Amino acid sequence: MTMERNDTEIATRTLAVVETWRDAEGPLLPILNGVQKEFGYVPDEALQVIAKALNLSRADVYGVFSFYHDYRDRPAGRHVLKVCRAESCQAMGGDEMADRLREALGVDWHGTSRDGAVTLEPVYCLGLCACSPSAMLDGEVVGRLDEERIGEIAAEVRA
Amino acid sequence: MTVTIYVPRDSGALALGAEKVAARIAGEIKTRGLDAKIVRNGSRGLYWLEPMVEVETPAGRTAYGPVAAKDVPSLFDADFLSGGRHGLSLGDPEKIPYLARQTRLTFARVGVIDPVALADYKAHGGLAGLEKALKMTPADIVRQVTDSGLRGRGGAGFPTGVKWKTVLGTPGEVKYVVCNADEGDSGTFSDRMVMEGDPFVLIEGMTIAAIAVGARKGYIYLRSEYPHAEKVLNEALAVARKAGVLGGSVLGSKHAFDIEVRMGAGAYVCGEETALLDSLEGKRGQVRAKPPLPAQKGLFGKPTVMNNVISLASVPIVLDKGAAYYKDFGLGRSRGTIPIQIAGNVKYPGLFEAAFGLTLGEIVDGIGGGTKSGRPVRAVQVGGPLGAYFPRELFDTPFDYEAFAAKDGLIGHAGVVVFDDTVDMLKQARFAMEFCAIESCGKCTPCRVGAVRGVEVADRIAGGVEPEKQVALLEDLCNTMKFGSLCALGGFTPYPVMSALRHFPEDFRPHPLREAAE
Repeated sequence: MTMERNDTEIATRTLAVVETWRDAEGPLLPILNGVQKEFGYVPDEALQVIAKALNLSRADVYGVFSFYHDYRDRPAGRHVLKVCRAESCQAMGGDEMADRLREALGVDWHGTSRDGAVTLEPVYCLGLCACSPSAMLDGEVVGRLDEERIGEIAAEVRA
Repeated sequence: MTVTIYVPRDSGALALGAEKVAARIAGEIKTRGLDAKIVRNGSRGLYWLEPMVEVETPAGRTAYGPVAAKDVPSLFDADFLSGGRHGLSLGDPEKIPYLARQTRLTFARVGVIDPVALADYKAHGGLAGLEKALKMTPADIVRQVTDSGLRGRGGAGFPTGVKWKTVLGTPGEVKYVVCNADEGDSGTFSDRMVMEGDPFVLIEGMTIAAIAVGARKGYIYLRSEYPHAEKVLNEALAVARKAGVLGGSVLGSKHAFDIEVRMGAGAYVCGEETALLDSLEGKRGQVRAKPPLPAQKGLFGKPTVMNNVISLASVPIVLDKGAAYYKDFGLGRSRGTIPIQIAGNVKYPGLFEAAFGLTLGEIVDGIGGGTKSGRPVRAVQVGGPLGAYFPRELFDTPFDYEAFAAKDGLIGHAGVVVFDDTVDMLKQARFAMEFCAIESCGKCTPCRVGAVRGVEVADRIAGGVEPEKQVALLEDLCNTMKFGSLCALGGFTPYPVMSALRHFPEDFRPHPLREAAE
């Protein structure tokens, strides 16, 4: 029964997101973005609700969902840390900093730490190339990653 | 009189602690009972000095930087509100050589004004281009843009006016203006700086495009990695609507136009114009075969102007000052100015807008000051992850579309990423293939499969497995990708790979041989 109630809730909250974009042109991406914001991920149940509401096949919606790197099919940790792996950050020792971070947080790329504190995601450029290496913690930008900043990030996600 | 203090809200400044600095300044103003206000401006683009705080004094603006939150009380003690001397004093920001040497046309207001204050924008020459455009015929607007020589600053360098002319000449009740703000190339951040520092110039540029071609709706497709730009854009759009710049009657004219920001979802390939269109339509961001061109059949199959942020943001000054004024800068077929973004391992990273024609050496050594690590510069990647690596021997190449193409490179979106001598060029070549494999949209085989095979070949070279055969295979693979791919992702990935191989062959030899060579 818990399951059923849960499903209904997902459907209701998903439909509310769909409703805000009802009259928009090409509404699928804004809806998926909205659903991910709402739940922290895109539940399988939501895909079905969206497909029905937009009169698309479930395969169409799943195809779009699975194409984009941002969308998750399960909840992330309490914090999401995106670390840039692109060239400008590489030139400034980004790979080493990323290794230290993985060690400090006990998590690998695309993984969530066992205590559920943090999910680590690679990102290819945050546009902070003039202060490489860079990262983004819960939407807040961090530049010139060094031992000190890594320590601060580790402390913040464990808090 | 209320003193104005500027603390940037640019992402780069925020990444270096600008928010804490602003909070601390606000706190000090309150406890000390001073008559001062904080304006959150964009960044001047001198990132080694960020967070750079500026004060409007009777003698003009004076700057301090890089300011940390802990420096704030001492700034007040030094009476920085009257321009007092402090260890972090930089004086008149416009006189800092890095800024004084630039030709800021597109970036004239970035870092200077309050990005979301329309009055500030107008006081600094904003809307003059749009006002002129409203008095012109569509064909005249298009002619001005064509005559200016402005080419697509997103990377392809296609003449902007020619695109507009095609859209103008294609009949259709519904047309669109789409701004490509999916700035995914590593080493580039000029789009972000404009959107965060002077969003009205982009809005004005898009509106001029709309009037020229007869579009009533515009979209800014913005990458999800830029949440701060999204915020500033939406604030600016709300202000523009309220002031009648956008809406049913643009500045009181018969033209209706509005703009909506649409967020991407982390797919590099959506920076490719046709993939972007599919994404905007709510599909997988897959590349379309051309023709038809987006100008003829673009968004939802309608004629669409599709330009990069910097291209559109350069339009208002072209209309305001005239095509000849803009065209007077630059050389050859590269006219006007180009905002060069200097990044990576470099002493003075930042944005440098200048007329085309500076040599790569002037940019890296003269302006960038060489590497931050103090080691020799070994390689410079120009034009993002699909751009070629240049060795020091090619530092005399002038920054110009054709000159870079002649050296088997590209200027792309004008990002310059500097590497010191610790860089392993085989690793960089492998990364180019890996990146292509991760970001491939999957539509064409050379890109989808070729990139994966490229990573494997690079790994075999690194492992010393028949290295000579593998290098020949890599060259063959690059050839197939270059000529067989549908878009620039697969088609240009060979640039970084082949340039690494050509200019740094020693890194592609097996390890024992490499060590013997050293």
